[in-house]
Amino acid sequence: MTSENLIRVQDLVVRRGNATVLDIQELTIRQGRVIAFIGPNGAGKSTLLLVLAGLLRQAGGTIYFQDQPVNSAASLKLLRQNTSLVFQEPLLLNDTVYNNVALGLKFRKLKSSEILRSVSRSLNYFGISHLVKRSARTLSGGEAKRVSLARAFTIKPQLILLDEAFNSLDPPSRESIIEDLQNVLNETRITAVLALHDREETLRLAQDVAVMSQGRIAQYGKTAEIFNQPADVFVAGFVGTESILEGLVISGSAGCMEIAVCDRVIEAKGDFPVGKKVYCCLRPESVTVMPGLSGITGSQNTFLAVVRKIVRQAYFYKLYLNCGFPIAAYITMQSLEDMDICEGKVLTVSFKASAVHVLDRDAKL
Amino acid sequence: MELIILGIIKAFELIVTFDAEVLGITWLSLKISGTATLMSLLIGISIGTAVALNDFPGKKIIISLINTGMALPPVVVGLFVTMMIWRSGPFGFLEILYTPYAMIIAQAVIATPIVMGLSIAGIQNLPPNLRLQMLSLGASRLQMIWVLLKEARLALLAAIMAGFGGVISEVGASIMVGGNIKGYSRVLTTATVMETGKGNFDLAVALGIILLILAFLVNMVLTQIQQRQRPR
Repeated sequence: MTSENLIRVQDLVVRRGNATVLDIQELTIRQGRVIAFIGPNGAGKSTLLLVLAGLLRQAGGTIYFQDQPVNSAASLKLLRQNTSLVFQEPLLLNDTVYNNVALGLKFRKLKSSEILRSVSRSLNYFGISHLVKRSARTLSGGEAKRVSLARAFTIKPQLILLDEAFNSLDPPSRESIIEDLQNVLNETRITAVLALHDREETLRLAQDVAVMSQGRIAQYGKTAEIFNQPADVFVAGFVGTESILEGLVISGSAGCMEIAVCDRVIEAKGDFPVGKKVYCCLRPESVTVMPGLSGITGSQNTFLAVVRKIVRQAYFYKLYLNCGFPIAAYITMQSLEDMDICEGKVLTVSFKASAVHVLDRDAKL
Repeated sequence: MELIILGIIKAFELIVTFDAEVLGITWLSLKISGTATLMSLLIGISIGTAVALNDFPGKKIIISLINTGMALPPVVVGLFVTMMIWRSGPFGFLEILYTPYAMIIAQAVIATPIVMGLSIAGIQNLPPNLRLQMLSLGASRLQMIWVLLKEARLALLAAIMAGFGGVISEVGASIMVGGNIKGYSRVLTTATVMETGKGNFDLAVALGIILLILAFLVNMVLTQIQQRQRPR
């Protein structure tokens, strides 16, 4: 019976010169999961992927692959033979697409008939069968990326590692490659570790998320948990919680609290004691915007707000408002036009008590 | 001008009549420089690859020394090799001074840093993560090196051309360690020097032209191979 833990990392330390670039006490990657490592540049995501691929030696700690420590040439070979790393750049050889995709299997000295079968399947996965005879140097960026992904899947790895693999692709190519990757991961059930910095890609692809900062894992859990219940202000900020407000718990009972924020009172779910200094975290998509005074009904978490700034996003607008405290909200272009929203306009904003994620302000970051 | 025209006519005459002495000298030049280039490839590419792929203290100094070696004056090499294989030198027991073997060694010493320096540059010019990508696909160290050398083949072919060009055209070392012995260690460059010294300019020009044709033919073949491999 195979273990559920594909890879486990304990007390991992990686140094570059005198600087510690990775310091992870415990990390377990379960078989069949898709995990995204997100974090700012220099957080250690790429370094971690290199270590997990067996391509970078750690200064301390142990990696366990299928519950066996990777501490000998044989175990390192086993790890490398069962993992496949896709770098940001496609790194294709000056050869045909077929020979590029077949490379891993040729290294393993498989029979040509077997190689042909595996290569054909991988090319099909990524819709590039028609490119099989083309020279890799004549491919577009999107095609080259597909070839590099097909090459990684051809060796049927147990673990696939993708290091910001969708960067530098135009939006349509990125969109369709992500879709194909999702399908392949669903079909093959291969465990995947992705280093990403795009929240949308993370939400689409990952079942689990680890947020990294300065070589450490700040929070690791299910995607929804990370995005809705960030463990600290750093994670909250990184996963797109726009409004992080300092507050003070002024009353509480039965899992509900009233929190003073500036000169307003916000209702939130939680059990912090009265007098506790907290942060109230609110995602922009949890905030509803209504025209004028129409929404003021005296219910909780409904405030009059003045529009401070309107920022156009890809398919919608982001409003920065002031309702005694700063708050951000998303709105569609249609709603923006219908409500005739402009800077300085007074609107009503509301959000549910359950949408407010409360963090202890005294907790150690 | 007349000398040059006479030289060209003489060269043509020597070539079409298959002059035995000239053919012998040409063949010996090709054998000595070809063997020296081959030796320099074996040493230069293997050490160049090792230097390019490994990080070690003093690497930059080593590369600087190799690059300096690319401009080694042939007479200095000739002097050094002569002292090494002189009767009382450390390799005097080999008794190869004034033989084609000594010329091969001297020419290999000249070509090796050229091949090594250009190999290092060619391999270092590859994408830095390519090596890791190959290992990640399950390549053994040898398989990885083979792939990298294949990817750097354009630069390596340029290294072969530069190495061969450097030795087929040198005269100082060959004359010092080979002695320019007729029918034994006389090559195109040493013969050209000798004929010029004797005032036989037409023959010297003819030998020079044959040398140029030889260099051109070898480089043309290598260039054909190189350009066929060029990414389109």
